[in-house]
Amino acid sequence: MKLTLKIWRQKDANDKGRFVTYQVDDVSPDMSFLEMLDVLNESLIHKGEDPVAFDHDCREGICGMCSLFINGKPHGPEQTTTCQLHMRSFKDGDTIVIEPWRAKPFPVVKDLVVDRSAFDRIIQAGGYISVNTGSAQDANNIPIPKDKASEAFDAATCIGCGACVAACKNASAMLFVAAKVSHLALLPQGDPERAIRVSKMVAQMDAEGFGACTNTGACEAECPKGISVKNIARLNREFLRAKFIEEVDKPLEELAEGK
Amino acid sequence: MSWIAETLTSSVGRKVIMALTGFFLILFIIVHLSGNLQLLLNDGGEQFNKYAHFMGHNPLIQTVSILNFTFILLHVITSIILTRRNSEARPVKYHVSRMQNSSTWASRNMGFLGSIIFIFLVVHLANFWFKMKFGGVPMVEYDGVQYKDLFTVVKEAFQQEWIVIVYVVAMVALGYHLSHGFMSAFRTFGLHHRKYNGFIKGLGIAFSIAVAIGYAIIPVIIYFRY
Repeated sequence: MKLTLKIWRQKDANDKGRFVTYQVDDVSPDMSFLEMLDVLNESLIHKGEDPVAFDHDCREGICGMCSLFINGKPHGPEQTTTCQLHMRSFKDGDTIVIEPWRAKPFPVVKDLVVDRSAFDRIIQAGGYISVNTGSAQDANNIPIPKDKASEAFDAATCIGCGACVAACKNASAMLFVAAKVSHLALLPQGDPERAIRVSKMVAQMDAEGFGACTNTGACEAECPKGISVKNIARLNREFLRAKFIEEVDKPLEELAEGK
Repeated sequence: MSWIAETLTSSVGRKVIMALTGFFLILFIIVHLSGNLQLLLNDGGEQFNKYAHFMGHNPLIQTVSILNFTFILLHVITSIILTRRNSEARPVKYHVSRMQNSSTWASRNMGFLGSIIFIFLVVHLANFWFKMKFGGVPMVEYDGVQYKDLFTVVKEAFQQEWIVIVYVVAMVALGYHLSHGFMSAFRTFGLHHRKYNGFIKGLGIAFSIAVAIGYAIIPVIIYFRY
C-alpha cells in the first residue's frame, strides 16, 4: 500500500504546530497503525530528520498509552485502540490525517504526544481504596453477586486512554471518571469511601478544566473498551447521593478544619 | 464555599440545574399548549379570551409565572456558563472531525437550538405578553363583562407571513431541543436502566414531535382560516 500521511508536527507545548505531509510506500495491510508509523520514523531517521513523536507502550490494547485522532476519529475508524488498528482498515492511495487529542487539560508535549497527567491527578484525588489489600484472599470470602461483579469489571476495563475526552464535543472526562467511580462503588471494598471518592474526583475533574457532559453519547460510541454511558448516570447518582444524602462527603480531617 | 454552592457550581451540579429547570419548562410547555389550542375553537375567541383573563388574574398562576420566568433565566444563564466552560476545554479544534455519526445532531447543537428558542421567546413576549400586560389590546364584552380581546391580537399577528414562518421555525427548533433534552435530563438525574431507557427515549421523541406540531399548527391554521 502507498499512503499519504498528514501529520500534526509541534516542537513543544509553546510551538504553534502545523501539518506536514509524508508519503509512505511498502505498507503491508497486516501492519498495525503504530508499525506503519514506525516505518515512517525509520525512513525519517535515515534521512536525518526528526521522527514523529507518538505515545505507545504495550501494543496489545490494554495499557491505554496509545492515542491519535485519525481521520477525524479517536483511535481511527474501528472501535479499538490505535495499536490494534490495522492498515487493512485503509485503502491503497488513502490520505490519512493524524492529530493529537485536543483538550486544554491534555497539553501537547510534542507532535502527537499529549500529557494525560490530568487523569492521574483525578485518580489521586479518590480513585482508590485507603486500605492495604494484602495478599489474595480465598475466593468467596467476600460474597459479591455475579451481576455486581460483572458491572464493576466492565467499568474497570477502562484503560484511561482519553478517547472519551477526545471524542466529546466538550472535551468532557465524564466517561473516564464515571468508569473509575463505578468500578469501586459497586464493590464492597470501595463502598466505605463512595461519597468522598465521587466528591473529590468530580472536584478534581472540574479543576483540571474538562468540559461538562451533554449526554451526546459520542464517548461511548468511540470508547475502545465500550464503556457504557450508564456509568455516567451512575456517577451523577453517586454525586447527588454523596452531596444530599451521605453524612460525610469529605475526609474527617477536612471537615474538622472546616473546609 | 457552602456545600450547596459547591454542589451546584460543579459541572455535575450545573447539569442538575439544567435538568430541573428543563423539567419545569416541559410542564409549562404542556400547560401553555393546552391553553393555546383553545385558539382553534370556532367561537370568535370567546373561550380563549376568558381563559386568558383567568390566567392573568389568578394569584396562583401569577406566582407560577414568576417562577417560570426565573427558571427560564436560570436555564439560559446556566447554559451560557456551561457552554463557555465547554468551549474553553478545547481551545484548539480538530482540523478533520468525522464525529457526526457518534451522536445525534440535536445533542451536539443544544446551544444553537436554545438560542433560536430564546430569540423566539423575546419576539413572542413582545407580540402578546407585553401588549396584554401594558396595554394595546382592544376590549370585548361577553354577557355584560369586559374582557381583553387577546384573540384578535393573535389573529392579526398571524395574518403576517413572516410571523407565521418565525413561529413554525422556532417550534421545529423546540422539537429538536426537546428530543435530546428530555432524555438527557433523566440521565443527569442518574435515571438510566434498561428496564425503562427505551420508554423514556420513545416518550421524549413522541413528546417533542407532539409539541412541535401542536404549537406550529396554531399560527398556520389561523393564517389560512381568517
